[in-house]
Amino acid sequence: MRPVRDVLVQRLLALLLIGLVTWLLVVPLVRLAVTAPETAFIQLLNGLAYSLLIFLIATGFSLIFGIMDVINLAHGSFYMLGAYIAYSIVGRSGDNFWLALLAAPLGRGLIGVVLELGYLRPVYRRGHLDQVLLTFGFAYVFSDIVRTIWGADIRSLPYSPLLQGAVEILGRPYPKYRFAAIIFGLVLALLLWLLLERTRLGSIVRAGVADPEMVSGLGINITAVFTAVFAAGAALAALSGVIAGPILGMHPGMDFDVLIVALIVVVVGGLGTFAGSFWGSLLIGIADTFGKVLQPEFSMALTFAVMAVVLLLRPTGLFGRSTA
Amino acid sequence: MEAIRVEAGARLAKARLSLARRWALPAGVLVLLIGCPLVLPQYLLSLLTEVLIFGIFAMSLDLLLGYTGLVSFGHAAFFGVGAYTAGLAAIRLSPHLGVTLPLALGAAALAALVIGYLCIRTAGIYFLMLTLAFAQVLYAVAFKWTPVTGGSNGLSGIPRPTLGLVPGGGELADPIRFYFFVLLIFLLVYYGLRRVVNSPFGHTLVGIRENEGRMRAIGYDVARYKLAAFVLAGVLAGLAGALNTYLNVFASPAQLNWTTSGQVLVMVIIGGAGTLIGPVLGAALVLLLQNLVSTHTDRWPMIMGAVFIIFVLLARFGIVGIWDRLVARLARRA
Repeated sequence: MRPVRDVLVQRLLALLLIGLVTWLLVVPLVRLAVTAPETAFIQLLNGLAYSLLIFLIATGFSLIFGIMDVINLAHGSFYMLGAYIAYSIVGRSGDNFWLALLAAPLGRGLIGVVLELGYLRPVYRRGHLDQVLLTFGFAYVFSDIVRTIWGADIRSLPYSPLLQGAVEILGRPYPKYRFAAIIFGLVLALLLWLLLERTRLGSIVRAGVADPEMVSGLGINITAVFTAVFAAGAALAALSGVIAGPILGMHPGMDFDVLIVALIVVVVGGLGTFAGSFWGSLLIGIADTFGKVLQPEFSMALTFAVMAVVLLLRPTGLFGRSTA
Repeated sequence: MEAIRVEAGARLAKARLSLARRWALPAGVLVLLIGCPLVLPQYLLSLLTEVLIFGIFAMSLDLLLGYTGLVSFGHAAFFGVGAYTAGLAAIRLSPHLGVTLPLALGAAALAALVIGYLCIRTAGIYFLMLTLAFAQVLYAVAFKWTPVTGGSNGLSGIPRPTLGLVPGGGELADPIRFYFFVLLIFLLVYYGLRRVVNSPFGHTLVGIRENEGRMRAIGYDVARYKLAAFVLAGVLAGLAGALNTYLNVFASPAQLNWTTSGQVLVMVIIGGAGTLIGPVLGAALVLLLQNLVSTHTDRWPMIMGAVFIIFVLLARFGIVGIWDRLVARLARRA
């Protein structure tokens, strides 16, 4: 039970922030939707594309935390390495974007397996902080590896000519690649949802999030599940990196940019749940996209204001389980 | 009877020895620190000054990490707020230390109070993420608010600090005098923190680290203690930031970035969390290594990451832990 005064202060702060967000984001957004509905719609599509990209990152991040209790601070590096490995594959294979789309996540998943088996597993008994520290050390190493191999220049991932050009939406041209990314992201999200909610493997993972010890007590090799989830999360982040490569570009430092976004998403959505990362990604992705259009100076601050509001009113996130 | 007397004598001698041993090391280090400017070339002296500044920074983080059990991943925020406030105050108001230092400390305290208030109500992992997120916001502000902070170029043209004792105000311009100024502050902070961690307040923090639920059950207002520790750590980090601005007469947005938070965390872990001397040793090792490595290769982040990984895997209690183990082994052999 928190004292009444604390609750009052929280409500007041939340109200203040809601007012700020309404004034800076919601009101201009409504105005835009009325005066230029087509522009608003195009931006909504952009926001959707961005949301689905960060969903792919956040969902692995969130599941890894949910099941292993490890904040994987190298998750942004997985995303970054995915994009850069794809860059090299595209370059070597004569612009074969599809090969990169397949191979980069696979390779990254393998590195994930090595990391989990070789480094995280030996320190399981020592508590989660040590594992978090390890992932942090690897974030340093990976970011420097990228700088060594690919340099510090800003690059963009070339993509398949099949996806170049534009499609017509509501009588307006829209980049074909972004449209494909949205479709692909939605399909992938649906598949992930089916995998988690409708299969035996999914129920094991969900049970592991709820209570890993109990699951291992039922005769399931939970450490193998840990490794699998870690590798799958790494592969998803890398996949997101490949898809984002042509849209968002590649540069050193992108690893932590995206890690911060993933952190915000899981804080808003609630850690360890699929629904949390999905709706959290949509909220943050769309708010951030419109924030950049409507208040370019304060877009970052607006995203954080949204997060602060959620945190003040629901400390465990929109879909979060109450922390034990 | 004789045996008892011999034993008592031996015990007394041992006690005297341990007393001497206890004071010999700190006294020796102090003499060394005071004597350094006489022998060290200017380049190494400025490195040593930097070690002391980052020692303060690392100790302040350790108050949270090692004593209270709060893993803050955004401690650079307060370092940066102190650094920028000291710089801006020197440019816009006066370079007098009596103006810039209180403003820097005040700004850091305010930032720590606001961020701390929002963060401490969350536990463990959420706390880590939130502190990181807030620090990145401040980094974005420093990076993008070019008219005030100088943006990506950093804040330059900061006048050197003065004490207002002599008309020219060049009291701290001399590197040796500046070194002693920093050394004095460092010793004050070290002594002060020693008092803090040995006080009932410090023991309460350790209690919170060990078992928060029990402390709450006993009747401690855990949130208030955590906030107090957070603000104190923030103020000291701000102090380190201000000193760093005085040293370099420059403040850069990178000081607020996660890399700085990470580096100071590395210092604390490598040195040994939960001790006061550990973070200082960690700061010394990291900065010395960085200077050594940087002259040969650009791969410093990779090497620091690798060293850090090795320490986490093999020597979790850092340099202090290794030292303790060595001493224990020697004692067993003797």
